[in-house]
Amino acid sequence: MEFNNWSCPLPLRDYPNIVMGHGGGGKLSAELVEHLFVPAFRNPALEDLGDGAVVSVAAGRLAMSTDSYVVRPLFFPGGCIGDLAVNGTVNDLAMCGATPLYLTAGFILEEGLSMSKLGGVIERMGAAARAAGVQIVTGDTKVVDRGHGDEMFINTSGIGLIPEGVTIGPSRARPGDVVLVSGTIGDHGMAIMSVREGLEFDTVIESDSAPLNGLVQALLAVDPAAVHVLRDPTRGGMASTLNEIARSSRVGISLDERAIPVNPEVQAACDLLGMDPIYVANEGKLVAIVAREQAEAMLAALRAHPLGARAAIIGTVNAERPGMLVARTAIGGTRVITMQLGEQLPRIC
Amino acid sequence: MKYLTEFRDGALAQRLAAEIRAITTRPWAIMEVCGGQTHSIIRNGIDQLLPEQIELIHGPGCPVCVTPLELIDKALAIAASPGVIFCSFGDMLRVPGSSKDLFRIKSEGGDVRIVYSPLDAVTIARDNPAKQVVFFGIGFETTAPANAMAVDMAKRQGLKNFSMLVSHVLVPPAIEAIMTSPSCRVQAFLAAGHVCSVMGTWQYPPLAEKYHVPIVVTGFEPLDVLEGIRRAVAQLEAGEARLDNAYARAVTVQGNLPAQKLLEQVFEITDRGWRGIGTIPLSGWRLRDAYAGFDAERRFDVAGIKTQESALCHSGEVLQGLLKPNQCPAFGKECTPRNPLGATMVSSEGACAAYFNYGRFKEGQ
Repeated sequence: MEFNNWSCPLPLRDYPNIVMGHGGGGKLSAELVEHLFVPAFRNPALEDLGDGAVVSVAAGRLAMSTDSYVVRPLFFPGGCIGDLAVNGTVNDLAMCGATPLYLTAGFILEEGLSMSKLGGVIERMGAAARAAGVQIVTGDTKVVDRGHGDEMFINTSGIGLIPEGVTIGPSRARPGDVVLVSGTIGDHGMAIMSVREGLEFDTVIESDSAPLNGLVQALLAVDPAAVHVLRDPTRGGMASTLNEIARSSRVGISLDERAIPVNPEVQAACDLLGMDPIYVANEGKLVAIVAREQAEAMLAALRAHPLGARAAIIGTVNAERPGMLVARTAIGGTRVITMQLGEQLPRIC
Repeated sequence: MKYLTEFRDGALAQRLAAEIRAITTRPWAIMEVCGGQTHSIIRNGIDQLLPEQIELIHGPGCPVCVTPLELIDKALAIAASPGVIFCSFGDMLRVPGSSKDLFRIKSEGGDVRIVYSPLDAVTIARDNPAKQVVFFGIGFETTAPANAMAVDMAKRQGLKNFSMLVSHVLVPPAIEAIMTSPSCRVQAFLAAGHVCSVMGTWQYPPLAEKYHVPIVVTGFEPLDVLEGIRRAVAQLEAGEARLDNAYARAVTVQGNLPAQKLLEQVFEITDRGWRGIGTIPLSGWRLRDAYAGFDAERRFDVAGIKTQESALCHSGEVLQGLLKPNQCPAFGKECTPRNPLGATMVSSEGACAAYFNYGRFKEGQ
């Protein structure tokens, strides 16, 4: 995996593994900040190394979000916990219609975590922040005894600025609106599942972990007032996201299953395990509910972006069945797609 | 994908549905035996393509649904025992016993793991010699060969810390039990394709003849299910009653002989309790005496666990097609997917859960 390429700078090299002292606030903590975090995240607000970061933002409405990342394994095809932690919070801000600006990062490290693995994660985190155009301006590190953490946990919080004229919210879907998705669904969840469970498929399924703020900008550029709802369907997949929107907005949502893009290898893995891609997590896809008049223009805007090449119109909003998500199946039947009770379980037969 | 997407073709499905409509002149009640078929019917909305005269009755072929409450309570007791790693297929974890489910046991500190094959549980046993590893061996003839192989492998490897909680059930005795029920409404069966890929089809012609009922071996993709229904209706309309194989790409007359040999070596026929239905004579498998050392019911002190099914739950009548799920007095009231009284409300392919979700849709229409 890629963390092996990370070369450990002196004096961190003296400690091939994290020890309790790295979270003790003393010299070892300072070395971690100076030789690992600052070089990877580099920006003026961080380099002041104060107790908190001081940043300037223009006047207006701010969006805030926080999320914690506990993925296992730390590295998986298509990403690692580091880029996930940046993209996840960037995406939560972007789904408010905000331009993400600054992130904080909190690390809970398990005693014994290999320094090169940590280095690999931090390096990818820095790269993800640069790619998304955000700065990681302050952070915190704690170390817990071996056996009291799962290698590492990351929390990121972020703020972003919402441009004038943008009012996006989960209750703003209206009958007649059109549902778009920015690409194939289920990639992240099946990528994690295949490495976690040691399932071997002919093709490696890669996570779709990616920052979505560029796609959101593309949509808002068409017509900010026509973008009614934005969500990134992470845990619980598109099924949970659309059910939540249907309930918040008190509308029905109808999908055309044939229009929903799914990678064939993801579909095959789901078939094998008795799972349904519509319930599987994504980390680099958005669902947009937009005014019908602008739907085609929005679709074109998504497709013109490198992350939206496989974007599609997948359904419509109606007034008939408030709170319900109904799909027309590939063979022309219909099915109700309900909210899942817990996580999706592989079926026996 | 080869052999998969071809069987999901929308245009062909519509054509098959049109053929079924064309040949149907009277009402017919057809039971799909396997839970996987029920899942496919609900997942794809196959029932909505059929003429109104065709009623599909969801059969007792969901292993999660028919595993007796008492056995689940035994599983919970074993999983909660210190020093045990309890391995199971994923969808058994949410099935409630009398008071809790395996997820709850896990949250209380039990080492409960989802595996994809019983052979994974054997590997876990080999890697954890200080622990007792128990696999929850449920299912029909489809899952049985791998379970037999796991027990045999553990024996060959001399593993002292592996055992299996066995609750295997068999399709032909279930068909027989349904046909001999005085209130039986089933006029034709879609037999479970994957069960037949293991066991072959030779067990079914005598049943078709004895009860004068068409039996069509059927697969699981939408076109498979529609073709199975088409052939069943064709027989019913013609007054015929024989075995027909509509899943020939996977099923032969004799089945998988090495698998059958292994099953014969490890298991013997026994009476089995079916959740909601009760005991059906000679309807399951248990470990033979030569493998008794691997029987979790003997290794752990669970013989004293006796559990009564909920008196409110009518899942037995639902499984036999005597009652529609929404005709049960507890349906949607005491019994919902969040608080299920019977397993037919738990499993994603359980008839009651399917009705609960579909029913909401109908009310909304």
